Amino acid sequence: MRVIHNVMRMETSDETLAKAAADGDRNAFGVLLDRRYDGLFRLAYRLTGSKAEAEDLTQDICAALPTKLASFRGQALFSTWLYRVAVNAAHDRRRRAASRAKAADGWGSWEINRRADNDDAEEKADWLNSAMSALNDDLRDTLALLLGDELTHADAANVLGVSEGTISWRVSEAKKHLRTLALQENGQ
Amino acid sequence: MTDPLDQLKKALDTTTPAPDKDMKAANIRLAQKNFDQIQGSAQHARPTSENRSNLARLLTGVSGMIDALTSRGGIVATTAIVAVGLIIVTPQGRSLFTPPVNFTDQEEPIGSLPSQPKPDLSQENLPEREDVGKLAKSSDAPSRRDLRKQEAPMMEEPMIMAEEVAESDDVFVSGAIAPAPMSLDSNLSRNRQHIVAPSEPASIRSETNTETFANAPSNPLKITVEDPVSTFSIDVDTAAYAVVRSSLNAGTLPPAQAVRVEEMINYFPYDYVAPDAGVTPFRPTVTILDTPWNADTQLVHIALQGQMPALDTRPPLNIVFLIDTSGSMQDANKLPLLKQSFRLMLGQLRPEDKVAIVTYAGSAGQVLEPTPASERSTILAALEHLEAGGSTAGQQGLQQAYSVAENMADDGDVTRVILATDGDFNVGISAPGALKEFIAQKRDSGTYLSVLGFGRGNLDDTTMQALAQNGNGQAAYIDTLNEAQKVLVDQLSGALFPIANDVKIQVEFNPATIAEYRLIGYETRTLNREDFNNDKVDAGEIGAGHSVTAIYEITPVGSDAVLNDPLRYQTEKSVATSADELGFLRLRYKSPGASISQLIQTPIFTDMAPISTDAQFSVAMAGFGQLLRGSNYVADWSWGEAIALATQARGADDFGYRAEAINLMRLAQSLSVE
Repeated sequence: MRVIHNVMRMETSDETLAKAAADGDRNAFGVLLDRRYDGLFRLAYRLTGSKAEAEDLTQDICAALPTKLASFRGQALFSTWLYRVAVNAAHDRRRRAASRAKAADGWGSWEINRRADNDDAEEKADWLNSAMSALNDDLRDTLALLLGDELTHADAANVLGVSEGTISWRVSEAKKHLRTLALQENGQ
Repeated sequence: MTDPLDQLKKALDTTTPAPDKDMKAANIRLAQKNFDQIQGSAQHARPTSENRSNLARLLTGVSGMIDALTSRGGIVATTAIVAVGLIIVTPQGRSLFTPPVNFTDQEEPIGSLPSQPKPDLSQENLPEREDVGKLAKSSDAPSRRDLRKQEAPMMEEPMIMAEEVAESDDVFVSGAIAPAPMSLDSNLSRNRQHIVAPSEPASIRSETNTETFANAPSNPLKITVEDPVSTFSIDVDTAAYAVVRSSLNAGTLPPAQAVRVEEMINYFPYDYVAPDAGVTPFRPTVTILDTPWNADTQLVHIALQGQMPALDTRPPLNIVFLIDTSGSMQDANKLPLLKQSFRLMLGQLRPEDKVAIVTYAGSAGQVLEPTPASERSTILAALEHLEAGGSTAGQQGLQQAYSVAENMADDGDVTRVILATDGDFNVGISAPGALKEFIAQKRDSGTYLSVLGFGRGNLDDTTMQALAQNGNGQAAYIDTLNEAQKVLVDQLSGALFPIANDVKIQVEFNPATIAEYRLIGYETRTLNREDFNNDKVDAGEIGAGHSVTAIYEITPVGSDAVLNDPLRYQTEKSVATSADELGFLRLRYKSPGASISQLIQTPIFTDMAPISTDAQFSVAMAGFGQLLRGSNYVADWSWGEAIALATQARGADDFGYRAEAINLMRLAQSLSVE
């Protein structure tokens, strides 16, 4: 019986697991987090732009998730809910980094690093960095959600608490920025 | 061209590292541990799950409502309710996409929930935070924001901590969560956790760090036939210029939001024609110039020059310094600079003036009793002893400062609280509406408030603006000792002695001569047309010797620069005024202490005062500000032309302010090429 129970767990939906976890089911919580961890980490990387920051952010989220989970009512997809928690945590880290008056690692500090270090070796990462740091936080967060290939515009709108039209507008803004950047590079 | 997003996605996919296995295991263990602890502490918390979810729903509803009250939006509402109209009509439509902040609706909940018990978030987080300090990596030491939160439960007044609640929506703690204290009613503690957790999306925040800037989209072009009247309040603040300078000197272009063009212009002392003694406190001079950035338009340059009363007979002055001594103030450009600045200022005071010092968020309360300025060494010693650090004390900082100020005031004295901070406005009142009301009420009882900002990174320009505007004071940003010299020594009398209150400007343009117009800057100071004659509506103050400049760009009828086509179905309105009048200027002001305003009015002719170098320099600064904001209206104008104009109009420039501005323009030129 126990084996069957566990097998069923693997097929149980995120939402069911999350509700069970919110009601105190330790096992459900473990299965759910294990299932969602990798996606969460990758999102954290796309949000922050550095491995170290992504690890810290993921840790923040894991530590706080049990408390936060109590509010999961199943009115949204668990993934949407989780990504919203992640985006809020990323905002919080950014603000704390800013209040420490110290440049955080990641997209934000790249401009500074670039001046200090003109290494051509990581040209590809460099292009990515310059592309991402050319965008403001809103646009970057939006892309971080969309480029994971999991969320539709409507999902991302849900996560960020804005309208779908805003997401579409941000995407076109981001494209505009990237094209400008491409033109500048070609011009050089 | 390939879709740039595909390219970006590929690059992202290749650089995204795989999750570290050990990290993953450790993080999941941590999560499980916290999970168990919460379950343990909440075991008795839920008689039935039904009961819990009802309560939770109720509480999250309240939290969602408070959530919408970010302090930023709320405080902007105190001064910029009218800006909402502008946001909607902006031609670029850009602001349609800024976070929807409904200014006008926000004051309602604040007022209607004064006795709502504030959700007490930090109480139960306290033990966790202590753990964080020990457990977390050193870079995660509790930030000042966390410390601020800890102060919340000690608030005496039952006020809704809008900011705290909004922020705590995403309080994240690295490390283990300690069990909730058993002494707490566990039912209550369980419910609190619901408030902490985000059940609804938190309000979307656009700021990248904790700096916020008060601004609104550039004023749009108005068509004279449709909308001939423009009304706004004057603005003598200078903070925007100093912030721009600090950004440029740090090698970055300032955020466009930080640039308030009118403050760029009004930063500089101008020597406009002063009023004759005893007639009016200030005198308007109107000049018509050609627009440097558009050959087909002209500028209407309105300059107000305040008189410089004989300072020998000035009334005694009572100053209460309210100083932020929180931990972040210890940077060299904050508290140490503040001490030096005040020492400079002390030299300007007279023996009969009195000084008191109150601190908040650090060493507690009143650190200097009201002391005559003649006892210089006592005051200096108290200043020297100020130290940044500590977390919680002096909750009632602002109230205390005002009560000290009120006790100091004798009849005829000028009393002012000067708040010096790097952006932590935890002055004892947190609800934006209540703070605004408190300051406005004190203003009406004769105690004014000025705000000095120090340091960058945490600067809350929005709040600075709101407080100073409501307090009939100036907001200045002190980035260097030179700036302290300018604000607190050279122009001290202007900052401390108002000569005209609630100064409003209204211009009616003549549709027979002017097709289109726009006001440059003053976006945060726009007033409704009917506000002009309403003496209850607050506006800006002119201090002794202040000069204020407002510039309209106008497009004459028939000019090539007219941007709007005539309407097909509207017949041209008949205009009966004489064709050489461009418009009509009305000014309203109140003498200090008076509650009834006085009116100054004059027609604007095509042929007005001769063009002074001061006027030209102010136009160059208007161009500088618009270039920094990336305004479409100056798209054809180059930095080189702006610099040439400023250089040519530099004039005597006794203190080198204008030379400095030209250097900043050159810096901005280089930075914008990058």
